[in-house]
Amino acid sequence: MSEVRFHGRGGQGVVTTSKILANAFARTGQFGASFPMFGFERRGAPVTAFGRFSDKPVKEKTQIYNPNILVVLDPSQKNSPAVFDGLVPGGMLLINDKKNKGDIRHENLRKLAMVDANGIAMEEIGLPIPNTVVVGAFAKMSGLLDIDPVLEALADYFSGKKLDANRVCAKRGFEEVTTVDL
Amino acid sequence: MNTTAISSNIQVITGNAAAAIAAKLARPDVVAAYPITPQTEVIEQISSFHASGDMDCELITVEGENSAMNAVMAASLAGGRVFTASSSWGLVFMYDAVLATAGARAPVVMVNVNRETPGIIAVSSGQQDMISTRDAGWIFLIAENCQEIMDLVLQSYRLAEDYDIQLPVMVHYDGFFLSYLSEGVEIPAQETVDQFLSVLESQPKRTMLRPGEKLGVGTHGILGGYMELRHKHVTAMERSKAKFDAIDQEFADIFSRSYGGQLEEYLTEDADMVLVGSGSMCGTIKSVIDEQREKGIRIGLVKIRMYRPFPHQALVKALKGKKAIGVVDRSLAFGFDGGPIYTELKAFETKLGGAKLVSFIDGIANTDITKTNVKQMIQMTADLADGKDVPEVTWVSYPKANKDKGEK
Repeated sequence: MSEVRFHGRGGQGVVTTSKILANAFARTGQFGASFPMFGFERRGAPVTAFGRFSDKPVKEKTQIYNPNILVVLDPSQKNSPAVFDGLVPGGMLLINDKKNKGDIRHENLRKLAMVDANGIAMEEIGLPIPNTVVVGAFAKMSGLLDIDPVLEALADYFSGKKLDANRVCAKRGFEEVTTVDL
Repeated sequence: MNTTAISSNIQVITGNAAAAIAAKLARPDVVAAYPITPQTEVIEQISSFHASGDMDCELITVEGENSAMNAVMAASLAGGRVFTASSSWGLVFMYDAVLATAGARAPVVMVNVNRETPGIIAVSSGQQDMISTRDAGWIFLIAENCQEIMDLVLQSYRLAEDYDIQLPVMVHYDGFFLSYLSEGVEIPAQETVDQFLSVLESQPKRTMLRPGEKLGVGTHGILGGYMELRHKHVTAMERSKAKFDAIDQEFADIFSRSYGGQLEEYLTEDADMVLVGSGSMCGTIKSVIDEQREKGIRIGLVKIRMYRPFPHQALVKALKGKKAIGVVDRSLAFGFDGGPIYTELKAFETKLGGAKLVSFIDGIANTDITKTNVKQMIQMTADLADGKDVPEVTWVSYPKANKDKGEK
C-alpha cells in the first residue's frame, strides 16, 4: 500500500488531487481512499490531504503519519518540517516547481520529481490551478498508474471544454515531469 | 499492476454522497433538511438531484432542523416515504421532534453524521450526539465505511417501514472520517433497489392520516393506554433485532454483500481477546488485527452495527468465554468508570463466562484513533487476559487523564 500525503493551499485543488487519484486507482481494479485533514477550508490557507492506494481494499480510516510519497502543490512549503514529518526511508517527493534548485533535502528522501504545474496550468486553462497537472505527474513518477485511468477519472470532475483542457494538463504532467534519484 | 476492469457501477465518492445516492435510490416522497457541517454535502447532493429532475420528491428547504423533523414526521404519518439528515447541534435542535417521531411510530429514515456536542462549539468528530439521543426510541445503526453507509440507508427503509416494526431509523456515520472520505462504492441499479424494497408493498398498509378522516396522532394518553403504547414500543424495538439480521441476509442474496446483521464479527472465532468498537474505527482496528494475527496474536473485533436496541443477546453470544474484552468508546458517560458502550456491556458481565472487561476512551474531540493507539489497546487487553493489573478505563490519546487516579 502506498500512503501519500498532499500539501498545498486552499484554491489549488489539493483535496481534488487526492480524490482524482483514488478514482483512477479504482479504475484499474485497485483500491483508493482519500480524505482531507480536518480544518476550516478557505482559499490561501495551508491544506493537507491523504491518499491510500493499494491492490487490496483499504481498511484504515486514520490520517497518514508515515507517508512514503509526498506531493507538494505549493512550492513555498517545500522545506517545511510539516511536509517531511514522518516520511519513511526511501521516500519520494513530487513538487510543483520549475526546476531543481538543489535545495530540497531530507535524510529519508530518495527520489525527487518536479513538474512546472502552475506554468502548464496557465498555458492550458489560464488559471494557476496545478492539480490536474500534478495527478498526471504523480502517475508517472510513482510508477503506480498509467495515464489512461487518470484521463478517464477526470470525467467525474470536469465536463466539456474544461475536461479537454484538464486532460491536456494531466497528459503534459505525465510527459514533462522530471525525476532525480538522491 | 492489477489491470482487471472494474464494474462500471463503482464510483469513488464520499460517505455523504453515498448517503445522498442511497436516499435517491429509495425514492422518498418527501425530503426536508437543513445543512450543518459535516452533513452539508448530503443536502447539496440531494438538492442537485432534485434540481436536475433525477429525484422526484418534495424537497422542503426548511429554516431549521426542528422544522425538518416535524415535516418528515408529518409526511411519514400521511403515508409518505421520507428522508432527512443532520448532525450534532442540528440533531439537538430537532430533539423534541425526534422524540415525538419515535412516539408516533413514524417510520422516518435519516442519517446523522456524528459530531461532538460539548459546550466548546468545536467542529469535531465523536459519537456524543448519538449517545446523548440513544434512548429517544429510534433504531440506531452505525456504518464503518462509505459502502456500508449506502447499504445501511437502503436496509433502513426495509426495517423502518416493515409492518411488524414501524419505527424510525437513524444511520450514524463518523463526521470527517467518513463524511469526507472518498472511496469506491458500488452503486446498485435502481431496479435492484426497487426489487429489494418491493417487499414492503406486499405488506398490510400502515395506519395513515388522511384529510377528512377522523383519526388522531400524538393525542393525550395517560395510565393504561399510554403504558400499552410504551410497552409496544419496547417490544417492537426488540423484534427489530431479528428483523435486521433477516434483512441483512436478504440484502446479501440480492446485492452480494453481507455484514452480519446486529454485529459484524472479525476473526473472533478462535480469539482469546476481542475489541468491541463501532463506526470508522473498526476499519483501522481490522488493519491492526491483520498485522497482529501475522505475529500469532489471537485478537478479534466485534463491530456494533445496531446500537439501539442494544444487541446484548448477540454480544453475549459473540463474547462468551473470551479471556479479555476491550471496549472502545468515542463518547463519554458521566458518573461511570468507562465509556457508554462499555458501561452497557458491563451490565451483562455475569453472562460472559468470566471474560474480563476494560474500557478505552479515544477519538473524541476530533482525535484520531491511530494504529498506534489500537496497538496499545490490544496490548492492554492482552495484559488483562494474562492477569496483569490494567486500569479499568484508559483515555488512550490523553495520558494525563490516566495519572489522575485521585478523583475516583
